Amino acid sequence: MSDVKKIATRESYGKALLELGKLHDDVVVLDADLACATKTGVFQKEFPERHIDCGIAESNMIGVAAGFAASGKVPFASSFAMFAAGRAFEQIRNSVGYPHLNVKIGATHAGISVGEDGATHQCNEDIALMRTIPGMVIINPSDGVEAEAAVRAAYEHVGPVYMRFGRFAIPVINDPEDYKFELGKGVVLREGKDVTIIASGLPVAACLEAAERLAEDGIDAKVVNIHTIKPLDEELIIASAKETGKVVTVEEHSVIGGLGSAVCDVLSENAPTKVMKIGVNDTFGESGPAAELIKKYGLDADSIYNKIKNFV
Amino acid sequence: MNKLELMKTANEIRKGIVEAVHSAKSGHPGGSLSAADIFTYLYFEEMNVDPKDPKKEDRDRFVLSKGHTAPGLYSTLAHRGFFPVEDLKTLRHVGSYLQGHPDMKHIPGVDMSSGSLGQGISAAVGMALSAKLSKADYRVYTLLGDGEIQEGQVWEASMLAASRKLDNLVVIVDNNNLQIDGTIEEVNSPYPIDKKFEAFNFHVINIDGNDFDQIDAAFKEAKTVKGQPTAIIAKTIKGKGVSFMEDQVSWHGAAPNDEQFAVAMEDLKKAGEALCQM
Repeated sequence: MSDVKKIATRESYGKALLELGKLHDDVVVLDADLACATKTGVFQKEFPERHIDCGIAESNMIGVAAGFAASGKVPFASSFAMFAAGRAFEQIRNSVGYPHLNVKIGATHAGISVGEDGATHQCNEDIALMRTIPGMVIINPSDGVEAEAAVRAAYEHVGPVYMRFGRFAIPVINDPEDYKFELGKGVVLREGKDVTIIASGLPVAACLEAAERLAEDGIDAKVVNIHTIKPLDEELIIASAKETGKVVTVEEHSVIGGLGSAVCDVLSENAPTKVMKIGVNDTFGESGPAAELIKKYGLDADSIYNKIKNFV
Repeated sequence: MNKLELMKTANEIRKGIVEAVHSAKSGHPGGSLSAADIFTYLYFEEMNVDPKDPKKEDRDRFVLSKGHTAPGLYSTLAHRGFFPVEDLKTLRHVGSYLQGHPDMKHIPGVDMSSGSLGQGISAAVGMALSAKLSKADYRVYTLLGDGEIQEGQVWEASMLAASRKLDNLVVIVDNNNLQIDGTIEEVNSPYPIDKKFEAFNFHVINIDGNDFDQIDAAFKEAKTVKGQPTAIIAKTIKGKGVSFMEDQVSWHGAAPNDEQFAVAMEDLKKAGEALCQM
């Protein structure tokens, strides 16, 4: 995969914000002393008056975003997933979710691929937290192309949106020329009849690779990319489960409360299916280079291939 | 409105508070009554609002950061004409739009949902920043409890408000000295409150928050302040206007029974009659 273009989705977040800022005067970007890392710095440079650095105070930043939204602006509140969804959970729940304000949360540095900073900064719980808030839209893009499209879709959607981005550069799997993003719609990346791999975010590319190798072994895997975790494309998930009989979910998030749980929620009620959840297994992360951690925590193509081979 | 009219209006608003909480059989009368004069001044004298057009763009904004005193805000909004006064009796009833804590989605005149302490001031800061960005000249007011300022988020918001020189923001602290578990000194003293806001670069005004002359002077002074937000530290009496509730922590979050309700309404009736003699 060395010839594949790689980009971190947080880079795409910043780039898309800059474009949105040029198109729409009501876009306001908030940060909590991490503009360099969340990549909103490009927006700040172009539109300094519309970029508010709230300092290291995420709870307040979310409340300020609510105030902006209540005044007709479209604020993008940016921080690491740990501090946006984690620290400011209750502010998001009560000041954004309950009044259904038009606040967009750009959460970067999600998951173990944060790398060397270690467990305190590796948020594997954010999707679980955000899923519980009524009316919250959750987008977890699988590459830079999808991330940019997601930011545009988030702007167009009226209501709170949580966007999950990564620190680590990952392969671009979507074609920027003809990629169309539809909020709440899963994308079938590969057809197959033996098993459905439902993936989201960073490991989607690895799932495609794993599917190729499974094919060599005669296992025909369908691969579905779920970029919108809420609202979930239940129709596609149910149909795929009925079609292939077995389902594997893959996410860079705890297996508790994330994509895997969401898929199980849907299938247990509508089409009981054997599901294997691949993700972070109820444990904290640790320091190390992202690529090594991805391998150690079983989210690389090799690990996914091996687990599915045993499962099918 | 002149001072006497404001006092009469505040007395009617207090009646509405007591009626609402009595009907709900729960709620927070103490802090609603302590702030009733401030609510009255804001909505009948200070703020540019239009009950016929509650969402008009150039309106002044109010955020009740101490959201549990919703009965105080609701009674004020009702008497100002945002919704019928008789609806106050539906407070906290299933199906009523008058939720236990302010709900901006369903209540005309409520600019921000609130109730989780410490959060309203942040939204007010966002509104004030938005006004600056849009070069709009509306002002933003937010009312906090003195116990509420124990929340760290209040100081995160205050730091940003002063750092961004939000002279269109007025923070009012209802300093009735009581919180659920006791006096604010006993629980976790935030005193000196004025010095804390001064240290955060606010223009600070100390007043008796149950005296309309002082309230009037404070809000007029706040309008002259440039380059920094204003904090009005309003010393008040919890339960003000109802004899047996005054300065009693037990009336922070309890409703009067029928007997107590009759006494409370009699107190307020007499106060109203006395005002008519003035």
